[in-house]
Amino acid sequence: MSHAMTQDAPPAAPLNSLLSHRRMPRWAPAGIAVAAIALGSGIGAVAGLASKLQWCLIALVLFVALTYLITARVEGRRQAKDRVATSLVWACFVVAVVPLYSLLQTTISKGVKVLDGNFLGHSMGGVITTQPGGGVYHAIIGTLEQVALASLIAVPVGLLTAIYLVEYGRGKLAKVVTFFVDVMTGVPSIVAGLFILAFWIIILGFGYSGFAGALALSILMMPVVVRSTEEMLKLVPNELREASLALGVPKWRTIVKVVLPTSIGGILTGVMLAVARIAGETAPVLLLVFGNQLINNDPFNGAQSSLPYYVYEQYTNGNDASFDRAWAAALVLIAFVMILNLVARGIARWKAPKTGR
Amino acid sequence: MDIVNSPGEHPPNSRQPAVTRLGDRVFLGMSRGSGILLLVIMAAIAVFLTVRAIHAISLDHSDFFTTFEWNANLQPPSFGIAVLAYGTVVSSLIAMIIAVPVSVGIALFISHYAPRKLATPLAYLVDLLAAVPSIVYGLWGGLYLVPHLQGLNLWLNEYLSWTGIFHKSDPSSAARSLFTVGILLAIMIVPIITNVSREVFRQVPKAHEEAALALGATRWEVVRMSVLPFARSGIISASMLGLGRALGETMAVATVLSASPVLSARLLDPVGGTFAQNIAAKFAEADNFGRDALIASGLVLFVITLLVNGAARLIIARRKEYSGANA
Repeated sequence: MSHAMTQDAPPAAPLNSLLSHRRMPRWAPAGIAVAAIALGSGIGAVAGLASKLQWCLIALVLFVALTYLITARVEGRRQAKDRVATSLVWACFVVAVVPLYSLLQTTISKGVKVLDGNFLGHSMGGVITTQPGGGVYHAIIGTLEQVALASLIAVPVGLLTAIYLVEYGRGKLAKVVTFFVDVMTGVPSIVAGLFILAFWIIILGFGYSGFAGALALSILMMPVVVRSTEEMLKLVPNELREASLALGVPKWRTIVKVVLPTSIGGILTGVMLAVARIAGETAPVLLLVFGNQLINNDPFNGAQSSLPYYVYEQYTNGNDASFDRAWAAALVLIAFVMILNLVARGIARWKAPKTGR
Repeated sequence: MDIVNSPGEHPPNSRQPAVTRLGDRVFLGMSRGSGILLLVIMAAIAVFLTVRAIHAISLDHSDFFTTFEWNANLQPPSFGIAVLAYGTVVSSLIAMIIAVPVSVGIALFISHYAPRKLATPLAYLVDLLAAVPSIVYGLWGGLYLVPHLQGLNLWLNEYLSWTGIFHKSDPSSAARSLFTVGILLAIMIVPIITNVSREVFRQVPKAHEEAALALGATRWEVVRMSVLPFARSGIISASMLGLGRALGETMAVATVLSASPVLSARLLDPVGGTFAQNIAAKFAEADNFGRDALIASGLVLFVITLLVNGAARLIIARRKEYSGANA
């Protein structure tokens, strides 16, 4: 029926033609894409453009233009705009995936070159920077110690602040704290580093150490812990709190014994994501820990290294052997952060609150 | 302030004496103390940076805001932030111009266009990419992106050189310019802006979209008429969060830019600098006074990011109140 109508001349049945437009066949986008790629490559080859990227761009522009023109003729302008928008959204996706894919692919392919047990188990002590050899052992030690110290400071403070905001805070103070926690999330890492530099090293007169770096990292970590813990505590159903309070349990025991255990999975997830974030920070380490070629197991005395700092240091050395080490250390760092992320998500799924959604 | 008044949603405890239990008071004190500690830290950052900065600026022999060069180690010291402020703003602007449309596109792709099977792993991937440390972006930018952008630079110089901003003084010089920094920053902030925008798109009431669909709207018209208007303030605040990150980014700029105290409108020339990059680059050679001078430039950066983030949060907060009727 409708098929027959679409065959009629549109002026004869304007109402019907509104209800049953002519549609393009399902294979039309693919067809246009093939045509655009063929044309794009043709133009590229004829014009003698060396870069394949230019071929792709020409093909992309052709694809969008052809889609618009053909759809506008067959289905009307509204449908044409819709199809152009669809292809632009897809293009955004492709445009974004290419550099991110390239980033991961380059890091992995270049990183595995020198990454072995020797690299993980040795420091840069006695290694001439222009020659291969050496490793990241001292940097891994530094990262682990600084991150652990930062977490020891930031997690209790962040946790308690979140408890205050969710369980107690209703007044002006809570609003102010919420706002400044948000603003604190945006403090650049180098500013946190400068603050500890001014406070801890210049005014209080302590030396460079892993602990100074950990102080700056904890400033970056606190707001992240507060935000994620807050979200998790809000998911705990009020019935649980009320049931506990009704049994005469003091509020603080309710929080410690009922609220926290219910949301512990989400809180752990948030903490691990925060750890993953600060493990990759370079700027505070650059200002406060100072870098070290040797193994220094004591975070409270003397300069240390850290994985991100090591990457930067090897990059600034500016020779091929150092670049290889930088890529390998970057790969170790990415692996560390990704594992933390995956574990965090695993915990989140495993310990997800069964109620409250 | 006792506990009885505070828990608004909980049934008020009728037994007044019970709330003065020692454990409760200690716990409340600890948690409120932590909240106050956070405020104290924020205040301390401002105070300590300001104190050192005033000390440095008072001894600066040239105007802090209009001087190009950074010679804090000279006698008398002479340094200024003109180039740094310009470089920070310009590179962040380039990043925003590229990243915001692309991020909104990806967020739309994940929330409205992609097949379900593709959308979930993609959302997950974007999450993971937001966690890649900036130094890795920096390393990739310095060793991979810079040589690979040379072609684009030459092309821009050849065809768009008449615009002035895309004129390259020395076409053979490496692409260690503010333009490259902007592109790298864009790549870094795309996952952040995408994540927040996606959350906002997800909150668009289904009824709005279905109403538009029922009126015969195409998918694009649904997005344009119901999704984007609802999400506008969310997109703005997501962009400002990304901007905050781009303004304060240190390592990705320090590894890519070949810095020099030249203020040039030619974006492809390897000159310029940013606040964070300058701090990282000059710190090693800075003496006591030099460190104070760098802290002064850090204070300016702190104030800028504070304003940007505060504005973003205010927009979000206003939107929360506004959308309360829908909830």
